[in-house]
Amino acid sequence: MANYSTNEFKQGLKVLLEGDPCSIVENEFVKPGKGQAFNRVKLKNLMTGRVWERTFKSGESLEGADVMDTDMEYLYNDGEFWHFMATDGSFEQHAADAKAVGDTVKWLKEQESYVVTLFNGAPIAITPPNHIDLLVAQTDPGLKGDTAQGGSKPATMASGAVVQVPLFIEEGETLKIDTRTGKYISRA
Amino acid sequence: MDLSERIALQARTKAQIRAFFDARNVTEVTVPSVMPAPVTDPYIEVPRAIGPDGAHLGYLQSSPEYAMKRLLAQGSGDIFTITPAWRIDEVGPRHRTEFTLLEYYRVGFTGAQLRDEVSQLMQTLLDCPSATQISYRDAFIRELGWCPFEAADAVVFETLRQQLNYTGEISRTGALQWLCACCVEPQLGHQAPCFLTHYPAEQAALARHLEHQGQACADRFELFYRGVELGNGYWELTDPDEQRARFEADLAQRALEGSPQVPIDEALLTSLVELPECSGIALGLDRIWMLAAEADELSQVSLF
Repeated sequence: MANYSTNEFKQGLKVLLEGDPCSIVENEFVKPGKGQAFNRVKLKNLMTGRVWERTFKSGESLEGADVMDTDMEYLYNDGEFWHFMATDGSFEQHAADAKAVGDTVKWLKEQESYVVTLFNGAPIAITPPNHIDLLVAQTDPGLKGDTAQGGSKPATMASGAVVQVPLFIEEGETLKIDTRTGKYISRA
Repeated sequence: MDLSERIALQARTKAQIRAFFDARNVTEVTVPSVMPAPVTDPYIEVPRAIGPDGAHLGYLQSSPEYAMKRLLAQGSGDIFTITPAWRIDEVGPRHRTEFTLLEYYRVGFTGAQLRDEVSQLMQTLLDCPSATQISYRDAFIRELGWCPFEAADAVVFETLRQQLNYTGEISRTGALQWLCACCVEPQLGHQAPCFLTHYPAEQAALARHLEHQGQACADRFELFYRGVELGNGYWELTDPDEQRARFEADLAQRALEGSPQVPIDEALLTSLVELPECSGIALGLDRIWMLAAEADELSQVSLF
């Protein structure tokens, strides 16, 4: 991969730091009145999700990281790995481990499309769609005639996520959920 | 701000500056942009002017200082200029490759006298209270809890690690400059413009040395308003031998860093013999416009 100098650090650029692929979040140039310029850089470690703050002398460089976001459909779980297939017509398949799937496991639904982040060709992160339709697997019975009032109850979705839903929701219904906030949006 | 407001702001400021100096008998001069030598400062690079046949024509100036000092040495008396200046590799919300400097010199003034006058100029341009000042030493003690002259190296580098997460190679002076830029300067000048004064002698550049609070200092000062650096001034060094030694130290540092070697401005060194006692300051006019407009970035007030 190419090397990138601090003046090429742009938001979203993928670089290697201490062996881990990182995405540049912020890059601030600082020039003391007299003295060497430097860059204060925020980088998101794509393996851990943690944000690192580092300082580099201006002109220093980092190696680019071979990181690609690819749309893939979730196929199945074999007990150890979660299998995905590219939706670009190549039918290329990738197996993601528990570390790569992380919290997204609770939003996994067969035949749904996810963004799989590949580092050197292997999945390191799975991002669910912002909105997803999921079946209610379990919730306490709904209260008749309480369709307008507020109030909510927990419901376990077929994918495993537990979501607060309005009291009138019944088991077997399909709901639209926002995966970023984990909140109920509407009936699907 | 739309374009016509920007044009009006810039024109008004320049008219105020000219009236301010006219009232004090400081004469406006125009100096060349392309000169045979650039600054030797190891961390300032400038563009070069190249002819159509590739011939090197000279260096675009990072400041009109050398040219103005040659005029002062020839008896120009008090002078000011409003001029474009250039620096390579300095691009950001408050940095541009080409920018505008207001630079001026007062014959017979000490640094303290010049600071008083600059304070009046700022009140005229920015409608602000009169300037305060704090020494480099006291500002470090206030913001970081230790004295930049006396703290052990271990304290300086540990603070750099904590504040900036930097553990690479850097000199003590470099570490102080970075900490000053990130931890000290942003706190300066929030009520009124503030001069940071009495820099360590190693950061003198073209200022004379003096002792202050028992430490070897430079009579160099920077001006900050609302955390933004607006200018850099000196009680000017007039000793050509000392100046040559500093230029040569700069070139040695450039060699160490693998930066380009540049010619020393011999015409300046020759003229320093005749340079009268004086103080001078360079003020970033683009940043003054930015603050006058209560903007955060140069792009909000620039014409291009």
